[in-house]
Amino acid sequence: MFSGFMVNAWIVGTLVALAGGAVGFFIVMRGSAFVAHAIPNGSFAGAAGASLIGVSTLLGLGVFSIAGALGIGLLTRRGRHDVATALSLVFMLGLGALFLSFSVEYEPAVFSLLFGEVLGVSNTELLPTIVLTIVCLLLLLILWRPLLLDSVLPESAEGINPLIIELAFLGLVALATTMTVPVVGTTLIFTLMIGPPAAARAFTTRPGLALALSMALAVAISWAAIALSYETYWPIGFYVGACSACVYALSRFWGALPRLRHGSMPPAQSFAQKV
Amino acid sequence: MDAVLHALVEPGFLSSPNVRLALAIGGLVAIVTAGVGVFTVLRGQSFAGEALGDIGAAGGSSAYLIGIGPLWGFLGISIAAAAAMELIGIQRARGRDLATGIVLGLGFGLAALFLYLGTTQSNTTGAPVTILFGSLFLLPSSNLPLVLGFGAGTLAALATLSRPLMLVSVSPELAAARGIPVRLVGAAYLLAMAVAVALSALTIGAILSTALLVGPAACALRLTSRPQRAFFAAAGIGVGCTWLGLLLAWDSYYWPPLHNGWPVSFFVVTLVLIAHLASGAATARRPHGRSR
Amino acid sequence: MTDAPALNVSGVTVELGGRRILDDVGFRLTAGELTGLIGSNGAGKTTLLRVILGLLAPTRGTVEVPSDGRRRSVGYVPQKFLLDPDMPLRGRDLVALGIDGHRLGLPRPSRARRERVQEMLAAVDAEQFADVRIGRLSGGEQQRILIAHALISNPRLLLLDEPLANLDLRSAREVVSLLARIADEQRIAVLISAHEMNALLPVMDRVVYLADGRAACGTADEVVRSDVLSRLYGHRVDVMRVRGRVIVVAGDSDDAEPTHPHSHDHGIEVF
Repeated sequence: MFSGFMVNAWIVGTLVALAGGAVGFFIVMRGSAFVAHAIPNGSFAGAAGASLIGVSTLLGLGVFSIAGALGIGLLTRRGRHDVATALSLVFMLGLGALFLSFSVEYEPAVFSLLFGEVLGVSNTELLPTIVLTIVCLLLLLILWRPLLLDSVLPESAEGINPLIIELAFLGLVALATTMTVPVVGTTLIFTLMIGPPAAARAFTTRPGLALALSMALAVAISWAAIALSYETYWPIGFYVGACSACVYALSRFWGALPRLRHGSMPPAQSFAQKV
Repeated sequence: MDAVLHALVEPGFLSSPNVRLALAIGGLVAIVTAGVGVFTVLRGQSFAGEALGDIGAAGGSSAYLIGIGPLWGFLGISIAAAAAMELIGIQRARGRDLATGIVLGLGFGLAALFLYLGTTQSNTTGAPVTILFGSLFLLPSSNLPLVLGFGAGTLAALATLSRPLMLVSVSPELAAARGIPVRLVGAAYLLAMAVAVALSALTIGAILSTALLVGPAACALRLTSRPQRAFFAAAGIGVGCTWLGLLLAWDSYYWPPLHNGWPVSFFVVTLVLIAHLASGAATARRPHGRSR
Repeated sequence: MTDAPALNVSGVTVELGGRRILDDVGFRLTAGELTGLIGSNGAGKTTLLRVILGLLAPTRGTVEVPSDGRRRSVGYVPQKFLLDPDMPLRGRDLVALGIDGHRLGLPRPSRARRERVQEMLAAVDAEQFADVRIGRLSGGEQQRILIAHALISNPRLLLLDEPLANLDLRSAREVVSLLARIADEQRIAVLISAHEMNALLPVMDRVVYLADGRAACGTADEVVRSDVLSRLYGHRVDVMRVRGRVIVVAGDSDDAEPTHPHSHDHGIEVF
C-alpha cells in the first residue's frame, strides 16, 4: 500500500491532517463548529463548478472557501448560527448539486466530492497542497498569541481588532478546507477538524500541548483511515467519521474517570495540583 | 394571456401524473415542516434539525442497501438519532454542538459506507443523488398515503401539544412549575422534528432538508410574532416555494446545458433563500420595538 | 508623577435606537484613585464602559484614556467570563498572554517572563490555582486571574465591569481591598461598576452615580445625598445612613416635593 499512486495519498493525508488538526484546535476553542460545517458546503459548489468548466478543483475549492469565509465573517456575529447564513450555505450545496447535474459524470463526482477519495489528489495538485499546508501552519503560528487571546477573552481591549482576527481565523479554515476536501470530502472535513481537537483537550490543559496533540491525533486517524480504506475498499470518509467518533468517545471517558473514581467532582478549593 | 401562460408553464405540467403526485407530496411535506419548523426556530434548534437531516442520509442509504424504500430509512434513523440526542441530553450548549458534530460525522461516515456498499453490491445507481439531493419527480405513488399518514399524525400531535410546547420553549422552569412534563414534551418535539426532517429529506434530499425545515418558518416569524399566524404563513411560503420549484424544474427540461432538467431541490432551496432575503428586506424598514 | 488625568470623559452622550442612554456625562479620574460607577441595571453603566473602552462611539462627546505612544494603557476585567470547563488553558497561560498577547509570532520562553507571571499571580493571591484549567475555577478565582491578566501590562487605568455581582460577601470584601491596595500601591486609576454601593463605601475615593443616563460625580459625601440624587432621578429620593451603610429609598415617581416621610413609599430600592 505504499507504492505508486498510494504515495500521494499518504503525503496528502498527512498534510491534510496536520492542517485540519491545527485549525480545528481554534474551531473547537471558539465554539465555531457551525463554521467548520458551513465553509465546506460553499467549497462543494466551488469544486463542482470548477470541474464543470475544466479548471483545477483546488482552485474552485479555494475561491469558494475564501468567499464563504469572508461572507460568514462579515455577515454573522461570532458563534451565532444565523438562519440567513444557514440558508445561504444550504443554497451553496444546492448550487453544487446544480453544477454537478450539468456534468455528465454526475454520480461518482457527487460521491467523491462529498465523501472523499483516497486517490483524490493528482500529481499536479500535490505541490500546491504542500504549499498550502505550509502557509496555513505558518500563519497559524504567527497568529498564535492574538488568536488564542481573542478566543478566550473576546473583549480584551488592547491591540487586537476582533474583526481582523475573526477574518484571519475564517481564512485559515478556508485554507484548511481547500486542502482537505479532495481526500476526505466536504461532509467529513469537519469531523477531522472537530474530533481530534475536542479529544485532545481531555488529555492536557496547556494550549501548546493541546495543539500538538490535536495534530497528532488527526494524523493518526488519517493514517488509519487510509490504510483501512485501502484494505477494505470502503470509503475513506467512513473511517474518518468512525475513528473520530471513537477517539472522541475515549477522551470523554478519560475525562470522566476522576469523577467515576471519586464519585463526585472534587471541590474547587482542593485545586493545588495540576489537573 | 394564453401565450404568457404557455411561456411560463411548459406543456404537460398539470397533466403528468408524476407532477401531480409531486405537487401533492411536496405540498403536504411543506405544510408539516412549516409546523415543526416554527418551533425549531423558536427553540433555536436549527443545528439539531440540520444534524438530523444529515444523519438521515445514513438512513436513506442504508435503506437502499437493504432494499426498502428510502422514506423508511430516513424515518428509522432520524427517530433513532433524535432519541439518542434526547438521552445524551448534554446540558451545555457548546458541549451539545460538539457532540452533535461528532455524531454527524459518524452518520455521514455510515452514509458513505452504505452508499458504497449499495452501489457495488446491488448495482443501484443514482442512490447518492437521490438520498442527498432528493428526487421529487421520481417518487412512487405508494409514498403518498405514507406521507399523508405521518404528516397528519405529526401535525395533530403538534396541535395538541402546541400550548405546553410553547411554554416549555419559552421557559422550562416556568413550565415545570405548572406541572408540565418538560422532558416528555421535549422528547415528543424531537420526534416530530425527526419525522418532519425525514419527510423533507424525501422531497429535496437529506443534505438540503434544513432549507424547508427552517427557511419558511424563519420568514414567517419575521413577519409575525404570533405562532398560529406564523404557522399559516410558513406553510404558505413553504408550499409556494415547493410548487414553484417544481414548476421551474419542469420548465428547465429544455434549458441548457444538458436539456435534462435542473434539480428540483436546487430551485426549492434557492426560492427559500430568496423568500428569506425578501422578508428580511421587508421587515428592515420597521422601527425596532425595543432599544438595544 | 504627572498631573494629567488618568481618564477624561467629557460631554458624552449616547443615543441608540431612539433612546438616549447617556446624557452629557463628564468626569475625570486621577491616578491612585478608586472610583465607583454606581447605577441600577439599565442606568447605562455598561454602555459607558464600552464607550471608554472604545467599543462604542458616542453620539457626542470625547473620551481621553492614557496611552503609551500608540497603545492604550487600559486594563479591563469583563463581567461574564468563560464557562467552558474543558478549555485547555491555565490561569497562568492567560496571565502570560496579558504581557504580549497582541504580538505576532511565537513567544520566546524566558525566565524573566515566567518570573513576572509568577509575581503577578502572587500579587492577586492566585498561585494556588494557577495551573488549573481556567474554566473550572470558581467565579472569584477566575476574577483574580483576570485582574492579574489586566494588570500585568502595567496599565494606568483599570476598568472592572460589575466584579462584585456574583460574589459572596467575603470574596467581595477581599476583591475590594485587593483593588484598593492595587490602586494605591501602583498609582493606577481604578473604576469599578456596581449596582450596590455599600461594598465599595469603605474604599471609594469618588463616585460616579448614574441614573437614567445622567451622572453626578464627586466624593460619596458630596454625591450620595437626598437632594443630589433627587435632582438626578427627577423624582423624590431619600438617602439614609444606617450604621455606616447607605440606603436609597425611591418615593412615588409623581412626587416633586418631599412630603411627610411615610407617604407613598413604593418599596425600597437598595443601591
